[in-house]
Amino acid sequence: MRSVNQKAWFFVLPVLVLVAFNALIPIMTVVNYSVQETFGNNQFFWHGLGWFQDILQSDRFRAALGRQVLFTVMVLAIQVPLGIVIALAMPRKGFWVPVCLVLMALPMLIPWNVVGAMWNIFTLPKIGMMGYFLNDVLGIRYDMTQDPVAAWVTIVVMDVWHWTSLVVLLCYAGLVSIPDAYYQAAKIDGASPWKVFRYIQLPKMKTVLTIAILLRFMDSFNVYTEPFVLTGGGPGNSTTLLSIDLVKIALGQFDLGPAAAMSLIYFAITLLVSWLFYTLMTKDDRR
Amino acid sequence: MAKITLSKLRHSYMARPQGPADYALKEIDHVWEDGGAYALLGPSGCGKSTLLNIISGLLVPSEGRILFNDRDVTELPPDKRNIAQVFQFPVIYDTMTVYDNLAFPLRNRGRDEATVKARVTAIAEMLELTPMLGMRAAHLSADNKQKISMGRGLVRQDVNVIMFDEPLTVIDPHLKWKLRSKLKELHHRVNATMIYVTHDQTEALTFADQVVVMDLGVIVQIGTPRELFERPAHTFVGHFIGSPGMNVLPCEVKGGAAFFRGVQVPLEGPIVKSGARTEIGVRPEFVSLGAGGIEARVRKVADLGRHGVVEAVAGETRISAIVHGPMPSPGETVRLDFRRDMTRLYADGWIATEAAGG
Amino acid sequence: MRKRSLIPLVYILFLLLPIYWLLAMSFKTTNEILAGFTLFPQTFTLANYRTIFTDPTWYWGYINSIIYVSINTVLSVLVALPAAYAFSRYRFLGDKHLFFWLLTNRMAPAAVFALPFFQLYSAIGLFDTHIAVALAHCLFNIPLAVWILEGFMSSVPKELDETAYVDGYSFPRFFVTIFLPTIKAGVGVAAFFCFMFSWVEMLLAKTLTAVYAKPIVATMTRTASSAGYELGLLAAAGTLTIIPGAIVIYFVRNYIAKGFALGRV
Repeated sequence: MRSVNQKAWFFVLPVLVLVAFNALIPIMTVVNYSVQETFGNNQFFWHGLGWFQDILQSDRFRAALGRQVLFTVMVLAIQVPLGIVIALAMPRKGFWVPVCLVLMALPMLIPWNVVGAMWNIFTLPKIGMMGYFLNDVLGIRYDMTQDPVAAWVTIVVMDVWHWTSLVVLLCYAGLVSIPDAYYQAAKIDGASPWKVFRYIQLPKMKTVLTIAILLRFMDSFNVYTEPFVLTGGGPGNSTTLLSIDLVKIALGQFDLGPAAAMSLIYFAITLLVSWLFYTLMTKDDRR
Repeated sequence: MAKITLSKLRHSYMARPQGPADYALKEIDHVWEDGGAYALLGPSGCGKSTLLNIISGLLVPSEGRILFNDRDVTELPPDKRNIAQVFQFPVIYDTMTVYDNLAFPLRNRGRDEATVKARVTAIAEMLELTPMLGMRAAHLSADNKQKISMGRGLVRQDVNVIMFDEPLTVIDPHLKWKLRSKLKELHHRVNATMIYVTHDQTEALTFADQVVVMDLGVIVQIGTPRELFERPAHTFVGHFIGSPGMNVLPCEVKGGAAFFRGVQVPLEGPIVKSGARTEIGVRPEFVSLGAGGIEARVRKVADLGRHGVVEAVAGETRISAIVHGPMPSPGETVRLDFRRDMTRLYADGWIATEAAGG
Repeated sequence: MRKRSLIPLVYILFLLLPIYWLLAMSFKTTNEILAGFTLFPQTFTLANYRTIFTDPTWYWGYINSIIYVSINTVLSVLVALPAAYAFSRYRFLGDKHLFFWLLTNRMAPAAVFALPFFQLYSAIGLFDTHIAVALAHCLFNIPLAVWILEGFMSSVPKELDETAYVDGYSFPRFFVTIFLPTIKAGVGVAAFFCFMFSWVEMLLAKTLTAVYAKPIVATMTRTASSAGYELGLLAAAGTLTIIPGAIVIYFVRNYIAKGFALGRV
C-alpha cells in the first residue's frame, strides 16, 4: 500500500509549475476573451455569455461539430475492430515480431503535416499512385479536390493509415501478457475460437483497449493538421472539421471572442466524453 | 475413466534430435491403471511436464503411442481426448461468475441446462464453493480460484483422466494441506484416474497410491510411497525422497561382499549385478549409534525434538543418522551401525542386491 | 497459421505504400512527376536532396526541430521522474485529482491553445526561440511521461526502496544508482513517446516561431503552399523527417508495446 506523505508534493512541484504555466495561463486568456468583445485597437468590452449563445445557435458551429463527430465515429469504428483483428493475427514470438512492430509504428512517427502532404501526393489524380490507380486502372472517378465523398474517404483512410497501429500495439501488448495456460485450459474445456476471444482475450485486453479508445478519441476529435494539409477543409466546407473552423476563425479572421467561446465548448465536450467513457469502462473494476 | 497406456514414448523439442541428450523424454513404457491416484515426482527439468502435456494432448510426441483404454489418441487434440487439467496458476474466466466458470466445459459440449445445473451444484458442494456460486470469479482468493480450476475438471463426469500440474504452487502454506486432503477425498468420491505432477515429495507421497519418480527424462522408479522410501531402486530416488536423503557410500566389491574403507558392510542379500561404480545405500533412519560398525567423527548435530539428526564423517564420506535418545557432541568419535535388511548395494546408480529369501 | 499471418502482412504493405511513393517521388525530377504516373523514378536524381542540404533555410529547419525536440524530451522526462515516483509511492492531498488533471491536458485541442500560446510567449519575450516550443510541448508530453513512468515504477516492488534505506542509502543516491537503472526501460519508452509527439506536432511549433527557430514542419508547409510544383522537393523533405523517428524507434523496438500496457487507467 502507498504511504501517506505530504512532502510528495515537492516531487510533483516541477511538473505542476510547468504544466500549470502552459495550461492555466492560456486557458484564463481564452476565458477572458470569451466574455469580451473587441472593435480593434485593443479595446475590449464585457460581452457576458453572448458569444457562447451565438456559437451554440450558429449553424456553422453545429455543422462543423457534426463533421467532427462523424469523423471521430468513423475513425473509431474502423480502427478499433481492425486493430484488434490485426493484433490477434500477429505472431506471438519470433524474429518477425520486432520487425512488424517497428514497421507498424512508422506512420505514427511522421510529422503530421508530412502525413497530410504525403497523402496529398499519393492521391493526386494522374500522377499520384492511388489517384492513378483508381482513375486510370480501375476507372473509378476519383478527385478529392472536387468530390466531397472522395475527400471524406481520403481523410478517413489517411487516419486509419496513420493511427490504427496504435490500437494494434496496445492490443498486442495485452495479448502477449496472457499466459499459455489460459489457451491450454480453454482447449481442454472445449471452447471455440470465438469463446476464447470473448472470455479470455477480450477481458485481458480491456485495460489496454480502454487506453487505446481514449487516446484515439481525444486525438481524432482534436485532429487538425493532417486533414487541413490534405484538403484544406474542402471541397467547399465539406471537410471543415471543428478544429479547422476554429483555427480559421481565430488565426484567419482574428475573431477572438467567438473563437475563444468555441474553444471552451470544444474542450468541454472532449473532457465530458472522455470522462463518461472512462467511468463506464472502469465501473466494474471498482466494486 | 480409462486405463492409459504409454508405449515407447520419446519426445524431443528439437526438429532433428541427434543423440539421447537431445530428448526431453527418453523411451517411456508405462500403464496408468483405471481409477488410480498417481503422482509424477521429479526435480524441475526432469521431463514430467512434457509427459503431462503429451498425455493431455497439448504436445504430440516425437515417437511412440498413447492409448486410452484401447483407443489410440496420439494425434488427437486435447478437446477430443476428454481429459481435464489443472494448471500451476489458477486459470479462471475473469468475466464470468463462479457458476458460469464451472458450467463452461459442459455448455461448450452442448449439455442441456438442467444437467449443467445438477452437475455444477454437486461439484460446488463437493468443493465447498456453494456460497460463492453467484460471485464474479475474478474477485476470489488464489485457493478458491484453484478450486474452480479443479471444479471445471471434475464437472464433466466422463473424463478419462484429471491431471494436476503443480497445482498448489501459489497457495498459502496453511491452505496447501487443506486442499491436498480435499483432493485425496475427491479421488475417493469420483474415482477418476488422477495424475499429480509435483517436485514436492510431501505432496506426492500424501496424494498418490503410486508414485512415478522421474529424472533426466527417464522413469527411475514406480512404487508405493513405502516402497520408494524403503527400497529405492536408484540412488537418485534415495536422495530425492526422504529428509535427509539416503546415505550413499562409495565401496569396493570383493568376492560377493562390499567393503567401505576396508571394513566389510553386511548387505540385505546376495549381489546380483556389477558395475563400474559401486555404492552402499542406507537411509539415516536405519543408521544407529552403537558399539560396532563404522567409525566416524561427528561434525554437526541437530535436535529436532522428536528425534535428532547426527551428521558424521568417515574419511571423505558424509553419513547421517537419525537418533532417538542421547545425542553425541560434535568432534566426538562414534561407531555407526547399519540395519542389515535395509542396507543395499547400488551398481552405477541402480540397485544391485536382492532381499535375502526374496 | 500461415493464412492468419497474411493479415499483418497486407496491413504493413498498406502502411508502406504511401511511404514508398514519397520516397520514389523524392528521387524524381519535377518534369517527370508532372508528366504522369511512373512507378519507379525514370531519371533518378538527387537534386532534391542536394537543395535541402545546401540551402540553410531548409537544413536549419531540421536542426531547429532537433534542438527543441531534444530540449523537450530531456525536460519532460527529468521533471516527470520525481512526480511519477511520488504518484507511485505516496498518497498525498489531492493526488488522484492532480493525476487526472494532468491527463486532461492531453485532451486539450492544440487548436484551442494556439493563439493564447502565441500571446503568452510573446509577452515573456520567448517568441521564436527553441525554448518556447520545448516548453509549449511540455503541456502534453509531461502528463504522458508521468503516466508511462508511473506504470513502470508501480511494477517495482516497494521492498526495493526499503532495502536500500536500510542499507544506508540517501534518497538521491538510491534514486540515481538503484531505482533509475531498474526502470531504465520505462525511461526509454517515456523518452521515446516525448520525442515522437514533439517531433510530429506542427500547429504549436509553427505558431510559436517565425525565423530563428523555425522548424522543418513549418518550412515545409510554406513551400507546399507557395509552389505545388515543387513536389519532388517536398517529398525529399518529407522523407528526411521520417529518419529520426525510425532511428529512435529502432532503439526501443522491444519496449514500445509494453510502454502503454503498463500505464494505469
